[in-house]
Amino acid sequence: MYETTYIRASTLAQAQQLLHDHPEGQLLAGGQTLVSIMKLRLTRPSHVIDIGHLSELDGISVEGSHLILGAGTRHADVATNEQVRGRIPGLAQLAQVIGDPAVRHMGTIGGSIANNDPAADYPAAVLGLRATVHTSHRAIAADDFFTGLFETALQPGEIITRVAFPIPRRSGYAKFPQPASRFALVGVFVAELMDGSVRVAVTGAGSHVFRASGIETALQSSFSVAAAEQVTVSAEDLNSDIHASPEYRAHLIPVFAGRAVAAALQSASG
Amino acid sequence: MGHEKLGHEGIGARIARKEDRRFITGQGNYTDDIHVKHATYAVFVRSPHAHARIKRIDTARAVAAPGVIGVLTGAELAQDKVGALICGWMVKSTDGSPMKMAPYPPLANEVVRFVGNPLAVVVAETRNQARDAAELVDIDYEVLPAVADAAKAQADDAPQIHAEAPKNTIYQWSLGDKAAMEGAFPRAAHIVDFDLVNNRLVPNAIEPRSATAVYDSAEGHFTLYTTSQNPHLTRLVLSAFVGIAPEHKLRVVAPDVGGGFGSKIFIYPEETVCLWAARRLGVPVRWTADRTESFLSDAHGRDHVTHAEMAFDADHKIVGLRVKTIANLGAYMSTFSSSIPTYLYATLLSGQYDIPAIYAEVDAVYTNTTPVDAYRGAGRPEATYVLERLMEIAARRFGLDPAELRRRNFIRKFPHQTPVIMNYDTGNYEATLDAALEAAHYAQFQQRRDEAKTRGKLRGIGLSCYIEACGLAPSQAAGSIGAGVGLWESAEVRVNPAGTIEILTGCHSHGQGHETTFAQLVAERFGLSIDQVSVVHGDTDKVQFGMGTYGSRSGAVGMSAVSKALDRVAAKAKRIAAHLMEAAESDVELKDGEFSVVGTDKKIAFANVALAAYTAHNLPGGMEPGLKEGAFYDPLNFTFPAGAYVCEVEVDPKSGEVEIIQFTAADDFGVLVNPMIVEGQVHGGIAQGIGQAMLEGCVYDADGQLVTASYIDYTMPRASDLVSFTVSTTQTPCTTNPLGIKGCGEAGAIGSPPAVINAIADALGVELLDMPATPQRVWKAMHSRALPAAAE
Repeated sequence: MYETTYIRASTLAQAQQLLHDHPEGQLLAGGQTLVSIMKLRLTRPSHVIDIGHLSELDGISVEGSHLILGAGTRHADVATNEQVRGRIPGLAQLAQVIGDPAVRHMGTIGGSIANNDPAADYPAAVLGLRATVHTSHRAIAADDFFTGLFETALQPGEIITRVAFPIPRRSGYAKFPQPASRFALVGVFVAELMDGSVRVAVTGAGSHVFRASGIETALQSSFSVAAAEQVTVSAEDLNSDIHASPEYRAHLIPVFAGRAVAAALQSASG
Repeated sequence: MGHEKLGHEGIGARIARKEDRRFITGQGNYTDDIHVKHATYAVFVRSPHAHARIKRIDTARAVAAPGVIGVLTGAELAQDKVGALICGWMVKSTDGSPMKMAPYPPLANEVVRFVGNPLAVVVAETRNQARDAAELVDIDYEVLPAVADAAKAQADDAPQIHAEAPKNTIYQWSLGDKAAMEGAFPRAAHIVDFDLVNNRLVPNAIEPRSATAVYDSAEGHFTLYTTSQNPHLTRLVLSAFVGIAPEHKLRVVAPDVGGGFGSKIFIYPEETVCLWAARRLGVPVRWTADRTESFLSDAHGRDHVTHAEMAFDADHKIVGLRVKTIANLGAYMSTFSSSIPTYLYATLLSGQYDIPAIYAEVDAVYTNTTPVDAYRGAGRPEATYVLERLMEIAARRFGLDPAELRRRNFIRKFPHQTPVIMNYDTGNYEATLDAALEAAHYAQFQQRRDEAKTRGKLRGIGLSCYIEACGLAPSQAAGSIGAGVGLWESAEVRVNPAGTIEILTGCHSHGQGHETTFAQLVAERFGLSIDQVSVVHGDTDKVQFGMGTYGSRSGAVGMSAVSKALDRVAAKAKRIAAHLMEAAESDVELKDGEFSVVGTDKKIAFANVALAAYTAHNLPGGMEPGLKEGAFYDPLNFTFPAGAYVCEVEVDPKSGEVEIIQFTAADDFGVLVNPMIVEGQVHGGIAQGIGQAMLEGCVYDADGQLVTASYIDYTMPRASDLVSFTVSTTQTPCTTNPLGIKGCGEAGAIGSPPAVINAIADALGVELLDMPATPQRVWKAMHSRALPAAAE
């Protein structure tokens, strides 16, 4: 990696100040993307500002109708936390299939959604559950947060502090891992919210996470595997790589929506 | 560890590996662990283009960068008259013309021919400084058109890669009796023909290649610590062909090596350049590949495009086989590249079958890709894949049980001379097939298929009956077909005065467990504990000469050499023992670490005989002191391990996902030295074979860029991709070496790919399916035909 200056921030306020002082600096949380691309010399931050340990970004709690995850919460903690497993089993399922154990013990939700990798898992839950992303400056609705390939609504200097997930009636996640990287080739998060609305968010298939409205409509009338599988998804604008053509991805979306529904039905009945 | 009965450590003992203690506790000593004083670090500047002319290299900015000791290019290399790398096996075209080998300069001088082709090296005080400076080397390229696909390399409009090889064709070779084959086909009742691709693989040893080169200017002597499967061969080539230093001025040490699979046999540019740079710059030079460099620069494996036709008579007996293969050798000819798609491939095309006429034609081509050479199995997996796909497809077309078609064609009388050079000494193919089918519950498959259908899954089963040729080969025969080296092995047995033993071998252990198995041979012969034996290998200063380890040769050839040397030690020790016990030599036997006089209670410990040999106070008249013997063993023939593999899969027709439900292997490796190590080899080989069949595919785009240049896109097998394999062995001992060993290192990788593909094809009811059978490929194959109805 290129030489850089590492600074361990002791408070969120200090981290913000450091970001302001070093516009070429980058935040380091779990480092599961940043460190890898630094090692490949694909990025060259002047400063690395470590916020991975800040207690202000830590913690899992239930506040009324919402489950709150601090931005620094590790995937492994989400996967195993009893409150998450009890209130939003689909979210725990998703966290359990991110990367491998090493990744899950280092990577954070804030880091994942700020990076907005088109094949990351977390954006599917954030969008599928209609979560709200809280930052050092404001609150951003999930529908407005993910704006493009590796792009979000975050402004320079803005730091994600926590993500608030509405506790749904039921939810599930199903992922077809890309065989080599185990990122989502197609990942589908299905949620039926307390107001009865159904949301289906798809990651891995497009430039960034998106909602599959056809499947939402089908599930709104019948929350069943068969309803999800019957939907035909257009291959237009879907990703193409050596692992999957747009047509194959389009084919997989309803199949994995069906599996996500099955998971939601199973965890709701269990 | 206390061994109650020493006999339990001999041949056939299932004992834990001695070397595992250091490996498992992180105390292995690998090349990158070796620290020399004042070491500097090399970083290579590599071509980002598949094919380009180098118009200009400006090193000025790099030379001026912090910590930089030197920046060297192909021009300096040529100045110092460092020679080109060579391919050491001369293969001639059918018309008698020699293969068209173009020079392989360690640093490209005028033209770069593959992405990753090194063209300069930066040596600096730290690795990071060298990397920083490497980015400052300024190169003007004139990008040229490139070709990566073997099937397109011979086209009239394909870019010409080397002037020496028109139409990028290195040789057009053939083997077998063309007239006999042509006579067989018109009389055939059935002809089954098929096109297939054997996918290119990246070897992916856990330990990347590494070199530490030291030059002693006072003595004019070089030392190279490196990741090699055969340090003596490295020294020979670097000395005699590349001209780095005469052999007595070049020591090559291959310490612990973390996996090779063939990729560490070869003599590569980077290690060569480190040696030269160490002298030219006057500093020790270290280099360890990063993973991207490993993908780009380790010799790849396989990459064949084949058309095959098999002719059968009315009883479904094979009467003829015709094979036409184009083999991709990459941008330069690597050390043994020419032999892989010829003498290690077409010679195995008879498989386990009695085939009266075979004719194979192989064109080897240059492409703008990483050089291709031996990778676990090397030629034999490609041959097995051709045959076993054909057999399965033929059986299905005939409506015959694939096992029955194979039985009808098995060779049953030995020795058996095939039409393609090989003479099989022994085997029992019916026995391995029976064992595999029984263990796999083959007869009950239909019930399992029906049950799977109720769950909406498509279940399939596939067979593969492979043969391989190991322990290559009588040196004289190898020489007559172009090998540049002999293929014997050497051994030395040194008995120390207090009775412990050192075995020196020219083989090299990089995962095979020689420190245990070679010691087991001593335990078998002398009744000593394996703890009293150490195995010395991998250092040209310690072992006089040897050919290294590849081609599953160490047991069959290396241990046979040790066996010969042990015979000589035993004979001398027995003479001393007889003399000390005042008995006739013919009455003395060696057992459980003791010499005894048969029928008496007279005995003397092996250690005391050893001591007597060194004190030399009381030796038989005229005997020299000491107890040390050496031997060279030249095999009489290849060995022919064989086996039958059965793979059972379930396909999810909705997603194209394939799950291996069961994998059963029955192998005949002849005598087993350590069944646990053998099983480990089979498990590893099958994992690699499943990797090739379902996961691993090296992909170049049309411009010659390596798309699968990291683990983000290149799928290595993981534990979760595999099942617990069911493995067993049958035994027909090899008749041509003293130990009856056939070899087991490659079998799993050779036998398993066709079994997997046959199983998936069976599940889908299709013939066409290429490796790796990824979910996308499976899904596409399903949609290329009417779907078998899977019940919901």
